[in-house]
Amino acid sequence: MSDPRNTAPLSVIIGALGAIRSAVLPAIAIAFSGIGGEGRYLVAIGVGVAATVIGVAISYANWRRLTYTISETDIRVESGVLSRAARSVPFERIQDVSLEAKPLPRLLGLVSVKFETGAGGADDLALEYLTKGEGEALRQLVRERREDEAAAASAADPATPARPAAEDEGDVLFAMGPGRLLTFGLFEFSLAVFAVLGGVLQYVDNVTSVDIWDVDLWYGWLKEQGSTVATLGPYAQALGAVAGLVGLLVVGSATGVVRTFLRDWGFTLTRSARGFRRQRGLFTRTDVVMPVHRVQGLVIGTGLLRYRFGWRSLSFVSLAQDAESESHVVAPFAQMDEIAPIVRAAGFRLPGDATAWRRASTRHRTDKAVLDSAFFLAATIPVAIFAPPGLFLIPLGLAVLAAGANLYAWEFRRHAIDDRQVYASHGFLSPTQSIATRLNLHSVEIRQGPLARLRGYATVHLGLAGGSFAMHGVPIAEARALRAAVMETITATDFSRLDAPAANPAPDQAFSSAQPGFSENFLAT
Amino acid sequence: MDQTPVPVPADEDGALTKLHPNYSHALRVRATLTAIPFLVGALVLEGAFRGEGLFPSGVIAGPVLLIALALIIRIPQTRYNARGYQMGADRLRVVRGLLFRSDTVVPFGRVQHIDVHQGPLDRFFGIATLTLHTAGNHNASVALPGLGEELARAMREDIRAHIRRETQ
Repeated sequence: MSDPRNTAPLSVIIGALGAIRSAVLPAIAIAFSGIGGEGRYLVAIGVGVAATVIGVAISYANWRRLTYTISETDIRVESGVLSRAARSVPFERIQDVSLEAKPLPRLLGLVSVKFETGAGGADDLALEYLTKGEGEALRQLVRERREDEAAAASAADPATPARPAAEDEGDVLFAMGPGRLLTFGLFEFSLAVFAVLGGVLQYVDNVTSVDIWDVDLWYGWLKEQGSTVATLGPYAQALGAVAGLVGLLVVGSATGVVRTFLRDWGFTLTRSARGFRRQRGLFTRTDVVMPVHRVQGLVIGTGLLRYRFGWRSLSFVSLAQDAESESHVVAPFAQMDEIAPIVRAAGFRLPGDATAWRRASTRHRTDKAVLDSAFFLAATIPVAIFAPPGLFLIPLGLAVLAAGANLYAWEFRRHAIDDRQVYASHGFLSPTQSIATRLNLHSVEIRQGPLARLRGYATVHLGLAGGSFAMHGVPIAEARALRAAVMETITATDFSRLDAPAANPAPDQAFSSAQPGFSENFLAT
Repeated sequence: MDQTPVPVPADEDGALTKLHPNYSHALRVRATLTAIPFLVGALVLEGAFRGEGLFPSGVIAGPVLLIALALIIRIPQTRYNARGYQMGADRLRVVRGLLFRSDTVVPFGRVQHIDVHQGPLDRFFGIATLTLHTAGNHNASVALPGLGEELARAMREDIRAHIRRETQ
């Protein structure tokens, strides 16, 4: 097991295809340029072939020289033809292992295996490409090694719970069918397609002789169209405008639907003995496993419009990073009653009737409203003096709006603490809720600006691994009490107790990720 | 200087321990070093406009000098007074900030690693910066500058001992 191994030989083909792809454009460019006169097609073919051969050779050499070794304690990857690089990652530092299959590798049955360490982005370890079976086996192996290590570290502990031997398939916690995806897509309304269109037009401009920035051209076109429209009469014009808006809506919704289908096709979240497993993607299929005890906190978000229909999203905060965001989305579009079981499975508790929500200080509300509207009020004065009469009503109205919005937003700025968790919620149009376990916090900071000190409130920042957690506008006495309570939980918990029987698994175990170095916690799973 | 860990958990109202007196001197020297380029710049401007007779001499350099003097003489002491720490049995509390106050508590049980750092200026004044690193994104590292050199090392040993005790 500890011999250096190569990745799948088929990855050479993918590298070669990449090389061919990059050789095609220069070849075409030469073929259509004047270089070489009559013989230019030969030159073009020659360049193409040479680039392809060199690309394939480099790809092959890279493949030959990239080896990975799985030892007792770590996984090591050595790579590079001329300059060699070796990277080793101890199993206990691996946050999660994800498999990703882009369309082309997927056709060849290959996956790229990524080992998340929490170091962020490019510093993580990735193997491109392994066959699907190998990838799965490797993931399984990493998981077992990590646990063996944890077990070895805590061999003296008699309370070690027996671990289930084999990986079971697990229960499906959350899945999205095409119908749900369609609804989701409609809420993902996006006009990004127009940006793409702009880009395409720019490209057309470069390639063809049509100058898209030529005002006269558009003006002429508009006048032509305009005169056609003008002959139609006011009703037809209004109808045209409505049709345009509807068209915009349709295009935006269609973009959203397509993007959602591409990203979240076949979204399945399963819970097995090891942790959560998320699979999704139409062309690029990703498969991510997150150990339960790595989940540091939860974020329940929503959107302006979807909130009115009760749709929410649930993300796990952990040290590992997802493709583009810092937390893993485990339920992008779900109703609260679908989210609740996932939250329970992660060992968290949703705020209920018993949760003692506290509002932010009313002084904080007043100050924020005054400050925010003061900006617009200040703008009102010069506008009233210099601008045409009546215009000053605009900034004045905005000032009133800002004050009103702030007063209303206060209703939604809440925080709570109970015996195990802390909660924070903010945002009045689309409220976002964060939940973290008290044990999983790493520091507590009370921060006050000059105004806050004068008025007796503070912002409480809680150190959360892989995310942020803040409560705004907390009255200072309450902030102190909150800190004292959280600190008591953190310091009072003996490490030996963290490995106690799994009566209450997740919150205690989750703690082990806080101290990855102290591996006795690792038997956590 | 001789700081013994408080046996009871640190209280919010508990008195803060002052930093090493040399810290304010170090701050002062740092402020001076920062002010010098500005002063030189002001003097150069003065020189450039001397012949023009546009405004009386000292209009530029005067205010700059005054601000610099205020920053060098007054501010370091205020900053020094605003800072403090409290070493509890199981936690460290760090308070800092003049306008924007920040009051951070780090439990030793959550410390990932500890740094003791000394710049050339710190070495001259015999002080050091103790930095506690945690896994949290916010406050990933909490720095406590201006400790006596030996005290910083002693505190590091204390915290390390605490971590070891907890993990065994």
